[in-house]
Amino acid sequence: MSVLDPIIELARGLGTTLKMMFERPVTVQYPEQKRQVRPRFRGRHVLKRYENGLEKCIGCSLCSAACPADAIFVEAGENTDEKRYSPGERYASTYEINMIRCIYCGYCEDACPTEAIILGDNYELSFFDRRSAIYTKEMLIEPVSSPEMLTPQKVEPGKYNRRSVPVMKDPAD
Amino acid sequence: MLSDWTLWLEWFIKALVVILALLAGFAYLTWYERRALARIQTRIGPNRAGPFGLFQPIADAVKLIFKEELTPSKADRLIFFWAPVVTLVPSIIIAAVIPWGTSFTVFGREINLYIADINVGVLYLMSITSISVYGIVLAGWSSNSKYALLGGLRSSAQMISYELALGFSFVTSIILANSMRILDIVDAQKNLWFAVIQPVGALIFWIATLAEVNRAPFDMPEAEQELTAGFHSEYSGMKFALFFMAEYQKMIVICAIAATLYLGGFLGPFVDKYPLLGPLYLFIKVFLLLFGMIWVRATWPRIRYDRLMSFSWKILLPLSLAITFITATGIVLADMFNNQLYYWAIPFVSVGVGLFTVVMIYRELRRKAYERA
Repeated sequence: MSVLDPIIELARGLGTTLKMMFERPVTVQYPEQKRQVRPRFRGRHVLKRYENGLEKCIGCSLCSAACPADAIFVEAGENTDEKRYSPGERYASTYEINMIRCIYCGYCEDACPTEAIILGDNYELSFFDRRSAIYTKEMLIEPVSSPEMLTPQKVEPGKYNRRSVPVMKDPAD
Repeated sequence: MLSDWTLWLEWFIKALVVILALLAGFAYLTWYERRALARIQTRIGPNRAGPFGLFQPIADAVKLIFKEELTPSKADRLIFFWAPVVTLVPSIIIAAVIPWGTSFTVFGREINLYIADINVGVLYLMSITSISVYGIVLAGWSSNSKYALLGGLRSSAQMISYELALGFSFVTSIILANSMRILDIVDAQKNLWFAVIQPVGALIFWIATLAEVNRAPFDMPEAEQELTAGFHSEYSGMKFALFFMAEYQKMIVICAIAATLYLGGFLGPFVDKYPLLGPLYLFIKVFLLLFGMIWVRATWPRIRYDRLMSFSWKILLPLSLAITFITATGIVLADMFNNQLYYWAIPFVSVGVGLFTVVMIYRELRRKAYERA
């Protein structure tokens, strides 16, 4: 340690800050530039469909029971072959999630026997009032690619009323 | 013969230009500081309002105007109201004596590029900078809050202490120019800036300036972590904006003073032929000095209050006295023996004394570290 050390250290500090001026800013310009979310990110819920457009949700309310924040409300209705929403006996006639109550824990996702509810990657949730924080089934359900996939569908009798729990793979990540 | 009213008109226009330049300078200094600090911290800084965020100051001003103004119920209302004004006014009127050029001719009339040419201009600068302490102390006292009071007291103690070192570095450049008139001081730097002849003086001036305008690392009066916001804790809305404005205008003005006294003011190449280059050179110098202030703020942490005071009284004051003495002696000896060698010895002797001071500080610090261990 020499006599000039204090001054050298002060100058070195100035040098460090000056050097940082020429570094690329790390800022992500949010609304224009969006950062990719992580694979297991838990964002806004999505209600999934099968390939033919039938809803995976069978209105069992297990998600509602698993929810620690009591944010989910499900009401079940009966499927018929004339007006079929999902395979099996019942479907969710009402499905509401209160996004203010929800803590995005993902227990509903774990509880679901048909992998119908998934926590997606949408994190842009903001509301002007409490009422608009309640997301209904229409807002949560996955959009369809063609109009004939919309539910309710008229299906050939007896094809979809047996087994409603699909074969599920182990989670990849 | 020119009638009287043209003179009045000229003064009025020049005063208006200075005030507007300071107001716009304040607005864009906040933008400049935020952008520069952001770049140092590898961020981008305000870039949303307008191109490069250039309308950000306007947005800030609108926000401050519409904010609720609170007066604490037990505050001294009259003083609480006037303190921001007392702080702001000196920071504007101080700019009156700073020359930003020589003169140019318009419609056969010679117009000087300064408002007032006082023969004791430097004294004017000193006295007006001191007045702004009152605003801060009164604001701290009238708020009837312990943080504000402590901030005000700290700031008065700090500003009075550092004014001594600042005064001596003023004296140094007065001696070098052999005049108190600011135009003479600028003229005397035609060949060589005073910062070259008296580098230590310029450095002391710079340090004392930082303390005088309450900038980091001497921003004791508004240390957020200890005093919330110091003397302006209780202020909000436009009253707070006035304090803010005063602080940033003082920064600009004091950088202009530093440029004038030590960096040749408006002087630069071709300024004799085109006098309108003068304001430009002054602007560039002020701009660079302001960057220095921002840079220092981004780099060094705030120093402890007792060290702040002992640095002023035990180090800066003796050092600035020694510098003044060396400068005066060098000039007198050069005159007496008619030998310019004595004059050119000034920078070397000053730097030597500066290094000696550094050695003394270092030994003191070592001794203290030894005692602690």
